[in-house]
Amino acid sequence: MDIRIALAGNPNCGKTTLFNDLTGSAQYVGNWPGVTVERKEGRLKGRRDVVIEDLPGIYSLSPYTLEEVVARGYLVKERPDAILNIVDGTNIERNLYLTTQLMELGIPVVVAVNMMDLVQKNGDAISLDKLGQMLGCEVVTMSALKGQGSVEAALRAVKAAQEKKEAALPNVFTGSVERAIAHIEESIAEVVDKRSLRWHAVKLFERDRKEREALDLSPALKERLEAHIAKCEEELDDDAESIITNQRYAYIRRVVERAVRKRAAGHALTASDRIDRVVTNRLLALPIFAAVMAFVYWVSISTVGDWVTGWTNDVLFGEMICGNLRAFMEGAGCAPWLTGLVADGIVGGVGSVIGFVPQMLILFLMLSILEDVGYMARVAFIMDRIFRKFGLSGKSFIPMLISSGCGVPGVMASRTIENDRDRKMTVMTTCFIPCGAKMPIIGLFAGALFGGSGLVATSAYFIGVAAVILSGILLKKTKLFAGDPAPFVMELPAYHVPAAANVLRSTWERGWSFIKRAGTVILASAVILWFLQSFGVVDGALQMVEDNNTSLLAAIGNVVAPLFAPLGFGSWKAAVATFTGLIAKENVVGTFGVLYGFAEVAEDGAEIWSLLAQDFTQLTAYSFMIFNLLCAPCFAAMGAIKREMNSAKWTFTAIGYMCGFAYAASLIVYQLGMLLHGGGFTVGTAAAVLALAALVYLVVRKNRHGRAAGAATSVRAASLE
Amino acid sequence: MRTLKEAKVGQTVVVKRIGGEGPVKRRIMDMGITKGVEIQVRKVAPLGDPMELNLRGYELSVRKADAAMIEIG
Repeated sequence: MDIRIALAGNPNCGKTTLFNDLTGSAQYVGNWPGVTVERKEGRLKGRRDVVIEDLPGIYSLSPYTLEEVVARGYLVKERPDAILNIVDGTNIERNLYLTTQLMELGIPVVVAVNMMDLVQKNGDAISLDKLGQMLGCEVVTMSALKGQGSVEAALRAVKAAQEKKEAALPNVFTGSVERAIAHIEESIAEVVDKRSLRWHAVKLFERDRKEREALDLSPALKERLEAHIAKCEEELDDDAESIITNQRYAYIRRVVERAVRKRAAGHALTASDRIDRVVTNRLLALPIFAAVMAFVYWVSISTVGDWVTGWTNDVLFGEMICGNLRAFMEGAGCAPWLTGLVADGIVGGVGSVIGFVPQMLILFLMLSILEDVGYMARVAFIMDRIFRKFGLSGKSFIPMLISSGCGVPGVMASRTIENDRDRKMTVMTTCFIPCGAKMPIIGLFAGALFGGSGLVATSAYFIGVAAVILSGILLKKTKLFAGDPAPFVMELPAYHVPAAANVLRSTWERGWSFIKRAGTVILASAVILWFLQSFGVVDGALQMVEDNNTSLLAAIGNVVAPLFAPLGFGSWKAAVATFTGLIAKENVVGTFGVLYGFAEVAEDGAEIWSLLAQDFTQLTAYSFMIFNLLCAPCFAAMGAIKREMNSAKWTFTAIGYMCGFAYAASLIVYQLGMLLHGGGFTVGTAAAVLALAALVYLVVRKNRHGRAAGAATSVRAASLE
Repeated sequence: MRTLKEAKVGQTVVVKRIGGEGPVKRRIMDMGITKGVEIQVRKVAPLGDPMELNLRGYELSVRKADAAMIEIG
């Protein structure tokens, strides 16, 4: 039987470094079932029989956040053989709060105090003996960053697991609270796992809703428990949850007073404090933020990122692999359809997956550094005020910024947002920002119908930003984003020098997960669309066609074109271009070129401007542009969305929402534009007016779902002003 | 009653009572803002919200709307 050790600790306590150190490359990264919380498992170096489970970083075992629920579920239901609890020595009071909860589970606990070197540097001292005595478990020290003591700590946990030495219950609760909990323990001893009796009793005392649902107690028993709780609440004039939290922190105070010696009272400034004085300074914070973001963008999108993407797509896949392969296959006398399938469909499809990876790795490298240093939390701190109005997080700024270059890394960058709802909202809206590949579409129509006016591109950005803002406000009021309000109570961790191994590993993990999880979708869709584009029914038989006009895709375009008629571009050519835009948005221009009889056109399609001007008016062109900017992004971005949502339902919801929003926006612009141009009031106009009214209603209506506590708070805050 | 929201930057205050209920209150308390704890207001974000606090030896940021639930003495 394998021995299972769970790593538990607060965020930023050095848990990830420890996990990497303990398991090396023998890791499995996945997701906890049904949620987007990452799950990591590995085997201890040199001890293949020991499985290390890296729990999400949490502050408490409350029933409210996803991470906490996942960690609780694992600890209570799967019961690891021992818990290795990592405690940040420089922040020991708050870190021990989780420890007091872990000890109640009746699972052997070993406490590893991390960052001891920093504690000593600050002139403080922690007595391990006293700490161990008071907590009633084994306490060791380590420095995860330097790799000191980590394996020893793990081996202690293994030993504790083998000896089944359960942690003695520390005397956390006092007086009537302890009595009430003891009474509850007595009443439920027969219905719960005896080893974690204390855990269940405390949770019931807190009226923990997850625990109540799980236990399903008889009404008589419930009443008895409620009497104990109510009596205690009355005596202490506080609610049960607060009573427990207060007593835990009071207990920790007693432990810290005995076991920790602080150099001096008061708030001495550490190096981190001094950095923060500048970085989040009222005047300097925004300029520094702008400079950091400009640098990230410049490196990952404008310069290095652009070069590597260009090289991978054009040289590596375009010329070296695709070109040579085609020449080879043609030389070997393969059938043209086979050459096409392999060279254009499969290799081209793989290329469109791999092509994004180098740029993504560069971006993720920068983001990992920012995260590891501790700057990401400051980004949220600085930008929160603006973004929370739209149901987004301050950290949503980075995905949005990156999306103006490319939506794929933009969507993937949303990973840094801890809150599940904020992250989903960011993923759903970030592709509205016009990416680099949408620029040729704008160039094409600006050139063909607007005399090359720069205003067209500017307006595209405005539309993108407006779409994000409107969607944020609209979506946060829907059932999708209903539920408990997510409080913004965020730690600003101390700055520290990033660990190279951590940064590189997390960079690679993100890149690899894109290839693995998004790649399949992208590849399959690219091959299918290639087939539809290259084959057609000619002379009653399915065969390969040179001319896009006779392809299966053109046939499909003809069928769906009427769908776009209310938007003003109901021609099959526009429909086909919209479809090929799903492979990559810049394909829209090339497709128009082919459909108008040009084998190849410039990036902005200058050759077909005059032809396009005959088929489109300024209004229909603008409507087409809006639709293509806002509707479903390219397959690669859809793959990234699927990877980040980790749920088919949410992926379809996101893409469906984008298409619906794009359709409504184009409809409103085209139909109302027609009305202003004296087109008369038609059914289409009525539909547009309805769509506009619905949009306005959805944006301004009261928020009936969830966020109630948050709303109440802001009402109270407003009345205080 | 004065709340944490009204505390000035640089001030050190003692928490008297925490209002509100449910997840927000639990989260605030989980992070160590409990009755009797000393909090120093470090700064306010450049755009005026949220605020940065120092308590129990670490830095925490809370929105002013949530700080208004925390009564101080």
